[in-house]
Amino acid sequence: MTIADVRDILQATVITGEERLETEVHNACGSDMMSDVLAFVKDQSVLLTGLVNTQVVRTADMMDMVCIVFVRGKEPGPEMVELAADRGIVLMKSPLRMFTACGLLYEKGLRGGN
Amino acid sequence: MREVSIKLHYDVPGDDFTRAGEASGLVKRKLKQLGFSPDVIRRVAIAMYEGEINMVIHAGGGQIDVEILPDRVTAVLADQGPGIPDVEQAMQEGWSTAPDNVRSLGFGAGMGLPNIKKYSDTLDIATKVGEGTTLTITVFMKS
Repeated sequence: MTIADVRDILQATVITGEERLETEVHNACGSDMMSDVLAFVKDQSVLLTGLVNTQVVRTADMMDMVCIVFVRGKEPGPEMVELAADRGIVLMKSPLRMFTACGLLYEKGLRGGN
Repeated sequence: MREVSIKLHYDVPGDDFTRAGEASGLVKRKLKQLGFSPDVIRRVAIAMYEGEINMVIHAGGGQIDVEILPDRVTAVLADQGPGIPDVEQAMQEGWSTAPDNVRSLGFGAGMGLPNIKKYSDTLDIATKVGEGTTLTITVFMKS
């Protein structure tokens, strides 16, 4: 699916990266613990998280992720938005909770990867 | 033939968690510009990023020196923090002395040093309690 599909499935609002919505994504992970993302994630392109600080964007950048979804309607600060725009990472917020958001994406074909 | 080497130096501020990872991000982009493979770039970036986060969480910042050679990248991360009393224990997954406020920021799960070891080819830890810690991380190109 594309990042635009992720937005639609999660009823999300795109905060930055509108021009990258046609990027294809196949794998995702959901975590509030960036340590775990750095330790266990491999080739996942979407990060779902309830954590809001600049290290979320930096972690995604280190892992070559292309899209971050903030669940429960959490709003990233301007510093995060600027950093994500600079790194070419799409940011969006969804009103859904983590479990529901992950479940819906899984149901539509996104997987957890290795 | 003379070996080409690029040396980079970064000072990591210890009082601003939001800036932790800046140096790793810059090195990542530099390696990308130089045409290193995505695997090497990612391994260097993650190992360095974990080290940089550790510096800010535990040691009040420090200095990073990176040397880029055609066959390897070496990052030396030096701090003047409290040192690691028991390195073997610190290398165990899940062992952490990070305070709760760090966990609320998404770190402090006790994965830092194990992760650095996992992503690097060699890791040397020189540490002295009360004086500081120096990590030397090397990632080799695979032919």
